[in-house]
Amino acid sequence: MEILMLLIPLTLAMGCVGLLTFFWTVRSGQYDDPEGDARRILQADDRPLDYRQSERRGERTT
Amino acid sequence: MMQRLTGAERQLALIISVLTLLSGLAMAAAGRADPLGIHGWIVVLFAGAVFLLTLGSIYDPEPREDRAVSYYDDPTKVGLILALGWAVVGMGMGVWVAAQLAWPDLRFDAAWSSFGRIRPVHTSGVIFGFGGNALIATSFHVMQRTSRARLAGHVSPWFVLLGFNLFCIIAASGYLMGVTQSKEYAEPEWYADIWLVIVWVVYFVLYIRTLARRNEPHIYVANWYYLAFILVVAVLHIVNNLAVPASLTGAKSYSAFSGVQDAMTQWWYGHNAVAFFLTAGFLGMLYYFLPKRAERPIYSYRLSILSFWGITFFYIWAGSHHLHYTALPQWVQTLGMTFSVMLLVPSWASAGNALMTLNGAWHKVRDDATLRFMMVAAVFYGLSTFEGSFMAVRAVNSLSHYTDWTVGHVHAGAMGWVALISFGSIYAVVPLLWQRETMYSWKLVEWHFWLALSGTVIYVFAMWNSGITQGLMWRTYTESGTLAYSFTDTLVAMHPYYVARAVGGALFLTGAVLALFNVVMTIRHAPEKRPERDYPTSSEATEPAVPAAE
Ligand code: HEM
Ligand code: HEM
Repeated sequence: MEILMLLIPLTLAMGCVGLLTFFWTVRSGQYDDPEGDARRILQADDRPLDYRQSERRGERTT
Repeated sequence: MMQRLTGAERQLALIISVLTLLSGLAMAAAGRADPLGIHGWIVVLFAGAVFLLTLGSIYDPEPREDRAVSYYDDPTKVGLILALGWAVVGMGMGVWVAAQLAWPDLRFDAAWSSFGRIRPVHTSGVIFGFGGNALIATSFHVMQRTSRARLAGHVSPWFVLLGFNLFCIIAASGYLMGVTQSKEYAEPEWYADIWLVIVWVVYFVLYIRTLARRNEPHIYVANWYYLAFILVVAVLHIVNNLAVPASLTGAKSYSAFSGVQDAMTQWWYGHNAVAFFLTAGFLGMLYYFLPKRAERPIYSYRLSILSFWGITFFYIWAGSHHLHYTALPQWVQTLGMTFSVMLLVPSWASAGNALMTLNGAWHKVRDDATLRFMMVAAVFYGLSTFEGSFMAVRAVNSLSHYTDWTVGHVHAGAMGWVALISFGSIYAVVPLLWQRETMYSWKLVEWHFWLALSGTVIYVFAMWNSGITQGLMWRTYTESGTLAYSFTDTLVAMHPYYVARAVGGALFLTGAVLALFNVVMTIRHAPEKRPERDYPTSSEATEPAVPAAE
């Protein structure tokens, strides 16, 4: 079963990418406001926030 | 299609189509009469059509609108129509395959129409053609809406969409010519596989770049599901398709692995194709369109995130449950079985979360067939994942494996979950994208719902019966210890169920045809909806909820 020497490390590596991403989401505050996050997609206005305008006003968050 | 591209973007599109056309010519020259050569000409035709289309509008005026104040929806629109077109083709093929199993004469004695060739046209047609286009189109929609930013590019979304469809055409036409590398759901040969890698990388980069320019700090959970779908499918696709072409002038290639090693790689791929193509991406759809349509936030947002990470970490270990009782080492089988049972938890968390979101809005489910599509999809998702976890237990699998029970499980997931959530999302998004009041005919949506539901139920029940009958007949012994039934006996017993399946499939297909008709009529005839107000300034746009007008 030499193939497992490829598949298991590869799968673990993919898991690690997932884990690192997860740590990033925690650290960057992705889970600070789940209530609001769930509600905000329901806003009916179907237009992007013009990012150049908001940048000018210094509101842009990343 | 072209008015929203700048001159430079049109030139870029022109260059890409020329390059594709040249590689098609190279394939045609190298392959000659081999299927590779015929595929070369198909590429030339496809790229040539795109080239002419672009050339025709190369001198059109530059777009005058400020592109940053609206979403870029043209690729989504085309993608949705392509998805419905493939649905009719792929499901039509499915009905034909089903009919051949009941009445083998329906092959009409041609090579291209034999079961082994049209069956993959069905599976690829529905999974990649219908499902893939629906995923790509809705992902473009969802990534922009949840980021509140326009797509990060105007040529790359077209490249992804059209490139993916070129892959699907190569795949389907190849099967009819007998081209296959004999790996289920990964049948296309090496050149198609390489092309798909390029398309997929562009897709991933486009997604990440759009997220990077988001105006909304939070990345909505649907995006995570779509991203996992794109990223994991890329890795799986590359590893499973590692192969050495027999020659550069022919389609044939040999897999880099052999025997049980190859089987393990194939089902590591195959199962995760189920997990990340047929599940994760469609959960992205569910988590966006269901709350949107119900106008209620998801019941527990925390749970949706938890189930995402659960699915991501568990699914990838479950593939070996497709290889119970084979040459695969016992412990690998047990590993797959264990993770499959654990998978039930995050799966039911999603299904339950969706249904709890609707709790308190049942009157909407009753009145609105679109929402009902999504509700029933969530139910079938719960059902098929329960069934899957059960079938992954080795003792159960000894009965179900190689029988129609597997096919029943597949279609509970594929028709009940994948197709229904896609139809629901399409009905939800079409009026919005084309700025129509509603769909052309809500009665047709209602008809489609009942046709799809009854078709699925007939199909799945027929296969459960057929599969369990078949499995039990195979393991019935006489007193003297010989098999009680011959293989032909089982075929005779299965025949009525095969007829029933063909009927159920025909109902389902009729629904898909109605959907295509309804969408086309919506685009052409439904009354237009005036936007509530003209271009808002940014400060207005940040103001909370203008009441939704559905
Ligand atoms: C009109 C509805 C449909 C009909 C009549 C139909 C019919 C069939 C038939 C007859 C088979 C071959 C079974 C066998 O070899 O014994 C099959 C296989 C399959 N179909 Fe469908 N199908 C339909 C819809 C779908 C949809 C919507 C999907 C996916 C989104 C799908 C995915 C598959 C898959 C993955 C297989 C392979 C199953 C396996 O190898 O176990 N089908 N279908
Ligand atoms: C918790 C979730 C799930 C588990 C544990 C699971 C487990 C299984 C098992 C044990 C088999 C039979 C393998 C065999 O005997 O050959 C199977 C086959 C299959 N399942 Fe699932 N399943 C799950 C969910 C789903 C969903 C949601 C879908 C589809 C939309 C799906 C699509 C398929 C397909 C296409 C096959 C047939 C593969 C083939 O032989 O061609 N599964 N699954």
